[in-house]
Amino acid sequence: MQKVIESLAIGKKFADTQALRDITFTVNESEIFGFIGPDGAGKTTLFRIIATLLRPDEGEMRVLGLDSGKGFKELRKNIGYMPGRFSLYQDLTVEENLNFYATVFGTSVKENYDLISDIYSHIEPFKNRLAGKLSGGMKQKLALSCALIHKPRLLILDEPTTGVDAVSRSEFWTMLAKLRQHNITILVSTPYMDEALRCDRVALIQNGKILSVETPQQVKAGFSRKLFMVKASEKFKLITALRKYPETLTAYAFGDSVHVTLSEDRVNESLFAFLHESGLNNVKVEETQAGIEDRFLELMQKGKDE
Amino acid sequence: MKDENNTVISVRHLFKKFGNFIANDDLSFEVYKGEIFGFLGANGAGKTTAIRILSGLSSPTSGEVIVAGINASEKPEQIKKQIGYMSQKFSLYEDLTVKENIMLYGGIYGLKKALIKERTDNLLAKLNFMEYGNKLISDLPLGLRQKLAFSIAIFHEPKIVFLDEPTGGVDPITRRQFWEMIYETASVGITVFVTTHYMDEAEYCDRISIMSEGRIVALDTPENLKKQYNTDSVEEVFIKIARPVND
Repeated sequence: MQKVIESLAIGKKFADTQALRDITFTVNESEIFGFIGPDGAGKTTLFRIIATLLRPDEGEMRVLGLDSGKGFKELRKNIGYMPGRFSLYQDLTVEENLNFYATVFGTSVKENYDLISDIYSHIEPFKNRLAGKLSGGMKQKLALSCALIHKPRLLILDEPTTGVDAVSRSEFWTMLAKLRQHNITILVSTPYMDEALRCDRVALIQNGKILSVETPQQVKAGFSRKLFMVKASEKFKLITALRKYPETLTAYAFGDSVHVTLSEDRVNESLFAFLHESGLNNVKVEETQAGIEDRFLELMQKGKDE
Repeated sequence: MKDENNTVISVRHLFKKFGNFIANDDLSFEVYKGEIFGFLGANGAGKTTAIRILSGLSSPTSGEVIVAGINASEKPEQIKKQIGYMSQKFSLYEDLTVKENIMLYGGIYGLKKALIKERTDNLLAKLNFMEYGNKLISDLPLGLRQKLAFSIAIFHEPKIVFLDEPTGGVDPITRRQFWEMIYETASVGITVFVTTHYMDEAEYCDRISIMSEGRIVALDTPENLKKQYNTDSVEEVFIKIARPVND
């Protein structure tokens, strides 16, 4: 299988800030590869290097078999890039934007319409509207259509779902999954941990460093301890009490419960006694499966301790 | 803690129209003192319009809106003194230091210099921020910035604080620390009115409302909503009822 991206020990510095350090990973053909991490982790800088828009200070970046610096002219024909900030022409209409991008890349909307029809059909009824007047969800669909119109082999999406509601986010991922049929490799970043599940493999990134590269299943399985889910009606009181319990290693709020790791990996009667003494009633404890976010929290903690 | 005998926001049949477009379509709800109230909805559902009215920045087309005892149609300017506001998109001045930002906001809200100094020292100590006092905001990591922005939004001890997607893009540890600050704020009687796209955070609220196409389609505690829609999470409730508008 061909490697679409080969990143070898990439480093990048801006003034005093080390934005990326020793970034090494590969992306295979037709893969949906996710970068998961908070703002400031280095996702955008890395994507700009892959998209030939920025040169690394250290290491080697090969994209579609070419060096991302020397091969930039050839690569730009084969890469579709959707930046995090909406960057289409606000004073052109929906249709004008799409035609413009098609023409720049020496193709036509007609030629590759089948690739975008699924996405573009949602906004086609508004094709005479100025891009600047579209709603957030519609802008996102237009930007994706424009990034795809030259039928790229690699699609790079920088936080396409940030600030988008849960329903629209789910629909967006369904659209991405369909693109796989067209042999397009997708590199995508997101701050939402739950979206990792929609990727083939994910890299967890924090402070310019990759913490792990694994399938979502491996990420979850990598959690090193037993995880317990504790519930009580007063959540804030519960988490405060759990932090004070001597056996607690970590205690993090997760939706309507608290996820806890304990020093002996088992629940003792003393836990119930301790919580009862802290004024908590109706306490429920059960073992639970770690999710992506549990693992991310664990890796972050490890990074801090080292 | 939520005090149901003490209403701080009362909305009765609120309508807001822009030309033919109805952004807020007959909203009625109450929010209590010390409550953490989650205000959810798809993009374009009308949340921002409603928040602008509740914070005195825009006036209702019709209906009655009372915030901290003040009628939003009559004296919107007075509401601003009683509330705090923070959003992910804009919070602090990047080219001012931490202390300068605090001084600026304290001054805008009319606090005396001595009081500002006293509260600044307390605040920096509480946040473990002593070393950052003279640093520019642009030099702070995003997580610290968001925590500071929240602290500044409640610096003048408002009755209500509005948080518009306060945790967007923040790392998972900081996101949780931020919610612990929210709990602490509510525990001293400040009402927290918060929007978020993280559905797990919706579970941390005392009550949540879900807006769709300008209307409130659900309003209850997370537990009751999950029971009513027979789901395990608020996210599933949201996906069932919050259809996005036009896209």
